[in-house]
Amino acid sequence: MSRAAGGLRTPSGGRVDRTQRVQFEFDGQPYEGVAGDTLASALLANGVHLTGRSFKYHRPRGILAAGSEEPNALVTVSRDAARVTPNLRATQVELYDGLIAESQNRWPSLKRDFGRINDLLSAFFPSGFYYKTFMWPRKAWKSLYEPVIRRAAGLGRAPTHADPDRYAQRYAHCDVLVVGAGPAGIAAALAAAGSGARVILCDETAEFGGSLLAETSALIDGQTALAWVQQGIASLAKNNRVTLLARTTAFGYFPHNFIGLNQRLSDHLSRPPEGRPRERLWQVRARSVVLATGAIERPLVFPGNDRPGILLAGAAHTYLNRYGVRVGTRAVIVTSGDDAYQAALDLKNAGVEIAAVADLRSEVAGALPDAARLAGIDILPGSTVLGTEGDLRVNAVTVGRVHGGKVQAEQRILCDAVLMSGGYTPSVHLFSQSRGKLKWNDALKAFVPGVSAERERSAGACRGVYDLADVLADGAAAGAAAAGAAAGGGARRFMVDAFKRSSESYLGALPQAQAPSNDKSFVDWQHDVTSRDLDLATREGFQSIEHVKRYTTTGMATDQGKTSNLNAMAIVAKSLDVSIPQVGLTTFRMPYTPVTFGSMAGISRGDLFDPVRTTPTHPWAQARAAVFENVGLWKRARYFPRGGEDMHAAVARECRAVRSACGIFDASTLGKIEVVGPDAAEFMNRLYVNNWSNLSLGRSRYGILLREDGFIYDDGVVARTGPDRFHVTTTTGGAPRVLALMEDYAQTEWPELKVWLTSTTEQWAVIAVQGPQSRRVLETLVEGIDISSAWPHMSVARGRICGVPMLLFRVSFTGELGFEINVPADFGLGVWEAVYTEGQAHGITEYGTETMHVLRAEKGYIIVGQDTDGTVTPDDAGLTWAIGKHKADFVGKRSLERPSMKSAHRKQLVGLRTKDPRTVLEEGAQVAAKSGQKPPMELIGHVTSSYASSVLGHSIALGVIESGRARLGQTLYVPMPDGDLEVEVTSPVFYDPAGARINA
Amino acid sequence: MLLIVCPYCGERPEIEFTYGGQAHLARPHQPAQLDDQAWAEFLYMRTNTKGVYAERWRHARGCGRFFNALRDTTTDHFLAFYKTGEAPPERTA
Ligand SMILES: [Zn+2]
Repeated sequence: MSRAAGGLRTPSGGRVDRTQRVQFEFDGQPYEGVAGDTLASALLANGVHLTGRSFKYHRPRGILAAGSEEPNALVTVSRDAARVTPNLRATQVELYDGLIAESQNRWPSLKRDFGRINDLLSAFFPSGFYYKTFMWPRKAWKSLYEPVIRRAAGLGRAPTHADPDRYAQRYAHCDVLVVGAGPAGIAAALAAAGSGARVILCDETAEFGGSLLAETSALIDGQTALAWVQQGIASLAKNNRVTLLARTTAFGYFPHNFIGLNQRLSDHLSRPPEGRPRERLWQVRARSVVLATGAIERPLVFPGNDRPGILLAGAAHTYLNRYGVRVGTRAVIVTSGDDAYQAALDLKNAGVEIAAVADLRSEVAGALPDAARLAGIDILPGSTVLGTEGDLRVNAVTVGRVHGGKVQAEQRILCDAVLMSGGYTPSVHLFSQSRGKLKWNDALKAFVPGVSAERERSAGACRGVYDLADVLADGAAAGAAAAGAAAGGGARRFMVDAFKRSSESYLGALPQAQAPSNDKSFVDWQHDVTSRDLDLATREGFQSIEHVKRYTTTGMATDQGKTSNLNAMAIVAKSLDVSIPQVGLTTFRMPYTPVTFGSMAGISRGDLFDPVRTTPTHPWAQARAAVFENVGLWKRARYFPRGGEDMHAAVARECRAVRSACGIFDASTLGKIEVVGPDAAEFMNRLYVNNWSNLSLGRSRYGILLREDGFIYDDGVVARTGPDRFHVTTTTGGAPRVLALMEDYAQTEWPELKVWLTSTTEQWAVIAVQGPQSRRVLETLVEGIDISSAWPHMSVARGRICGVPMLLFRVSFTGELGFEINVPADFGLGVWEAVYTEGQAHGITEYGTETMHVLRAEKGYIIVGQDTDGTVTPDDAGLTWAIGKHKADFVGKRSLERPSMKSAHRKQLVGLRTKDPRTVLEEGAQVAAKSGQKPPMELIGHVTSSYASSVLGHSIALGVIESGRARLGQTLYVPMPDGDLEVEVTSPVFYDPAGARINA
Repeated sequence: MLLIVCPYCGERPEIEFTYGGQAHLARPHQPAQLDDQAWAEFLYMRTNTKGVYAERWRHARGCGRFFNALRDTTTDHFLAFYKTGEAPPERTA
């Protein structure tokens, strides 16, 4: 039965251009196709069915379908190292000159696959195999099971280079979005557009027409189906209120008629033009949606139903009529309905020998079967399939007869193709995603759309309407209704001359003899789930389809069970002896077919991934080769290395400079909120723990903000800059959430308070000048403020510096004499440079956030979010002193009175000193009271901050420890992989506990 | 993505808003007078309605105002939008 390559291509017909030859490569072999082919049709034209190995058993697999439901023929298409797209369905890959595709999930080659041994050992791979086998020992997961399973069961591999292509995104609005451009969709779009609506019509394939592209005999309103499609599309294309989107998959249906479309723009081109986006993500808001997504032919479940050469009958019909490809030379057709006879007739006309039609029905009557009989096709009623043969391609099928409930009279038929048809499963995926309620239709043996949740209607085969005249009328009615067209005038009728379509479907496994074949009957091709697996799952007690699905993984592959779900449900229902609706329905999730990350990310990558916030001195720090760290969206100078210093050396030097002379630090990222109004003080009193009524003009105070549950939310210095005005600072990361919380209370709890809130974070540049020499540095620069020692710590005043208006704070986050200069952001860099120049004579040194952290930790100052974690009260942090003594209420106060908040066993902030002064603890390390414990250990707290202190000559750490303050002087243990580290509990203030320096 | 109607600005996509949880939970005027149980109820207990739910939204990337909405949690359809401080509108069927 040898055949010349290309001998399977019909001489004429179909939607391909035989004069344009296209060269491509599959698994390293050169092949030729023609323009208009998919990779699948071109391979079939070359007699190639074997296109992959199955997921679990590594069984040889061929092309099953002709559309996006294809479970087997997953390929990797690559243009170069960066353009490697795995897991594409060969049925959807449009052929272009030079296309390079590879099969997946095989090693070393498709024809000789090592993993095939899994099939021979399949007794050891039952349902729940992963759960049952790999539970213990746990360690073996990481080292043994997982790597082996991942390699053996992997799908395609991701590219190793960054994606060089551009992905576009756009929003669109329309009156009617029509999904699917088959007969129903086109009729709907025509009707909607005809009433003046703005319409978007999309289809996942390259050409509009759907099933009509493979329709060779039907006449619609007196013209061929193809002519009707072309005329309809031409009229839509002329309408400037209509957008036609081919190669565009509606992959997700989100609330309020928000639909995600993925349009592929250049993957089908041999040489995509420079700069053209590869894909475009459409985010469509549609007033109304018409789903015309069609139906998927249902495979039949019989032993050996997965051999290459076994296809869906409708797919074979499509390959013949749309692509001009015969899928074999001698075919056996197995069917539960009339439609496969159309395939039989067309294939026979095209020269394919039809060995037999094995019909599952005992009575076979109707126009199509009669036409087949008349054409001399052998029909075997009451058939079932008992097995197939062939290694890399089917070469025989054994057909049995069902008689009186018994299976008998076997017949072995040689063939090179088996075409199966179990009726149709409506594509209700998007309807289900839209939260519409499905209902079971017993006559159709399928779920169809029931009650809609959105302004949406389904039309045509996706709601179980199969006959062409009905489909067209249904589409037209849906389109008109979606556009809100007047109901008068009656529905549009179409004159259709075609064989009447049947809707007879089959569900579940085909009947088998008493001693059934040992071969597997596949239900889910992509995840290798057999009918036996499903039976086993029910025997083991799984009754809901959601549980069976997870246990067997049926329907959980990348195709989401497009071809398998209903058969799986039917098998489970039969096994449990209940109806299918009782078994339940699995939920369809987006995406309908996989969508690339590039499409989702769009332009949000590289520099555009996230906004970057820089401070006014950023260019100065860059020029000094500062090392930056990301703090939220901010870039902050972490340290300023000099002469090849590492971080440790730079930070040690910067710390010494601040403590011995003077340092300058950009604190501009501090959040700043202006709280203004006659009730500003009352507002602050209600919100913060502190008493603000007695804060006089020109003074500031360390403020603490709790959540209503009593835990520290934020902190910062708050200055009174007017009788009705507070300048509130927040942590760098906390500014937005503090403002949001303030707004919440101001707007919703205390709307009677006259108070206004304004974020001023980016309006002020904040230059911290810290150290014993800081006053000397600023003396000559500051105008209008006496900054002598008579101006005490925590003072605030307006003045000028370098002629620029300034709000000057005498504050310190270092424990040294210090000032924070606030100037309008635009003057920040100029003032910084002036201070820096002036400071040269006094040993001024620029320092970064790392030094800031060390200096504050030496003083035991907490950082909210590092030393606190949302479970720390003011008392836990040793900050009870900040709470206003006589306040009746503030946010969080009541919670502090709850018994658990006052427990003596709470974790409290303490200092930790390691026995070895050189050891720097790991932040996050756990702390134990007893040494030498084995897991599970008794732990009493953890390290929150830890640094080497060059000034103190030993490491320091802060931590939160159960009853920490009662443990001062105790030895505790920090268990590490190499053993316990001994630490002593100390006060959190390591440096200048009396505070003499800050008040200098 | 939901479509939300800010009572001050009009119909806008969900990305302009932040969610504010259950509506009509007033902070007690004198929390100190509540016993621990009552305070915990206010602090932690929220309804988890299947059906019509009154909830708060803030037009954070717009006018900044808080407002309330009635949403059917089974369909995500909004039944009403109204200003903070107003009672939820009467629903007719
Ligand atoms: Zn607004």
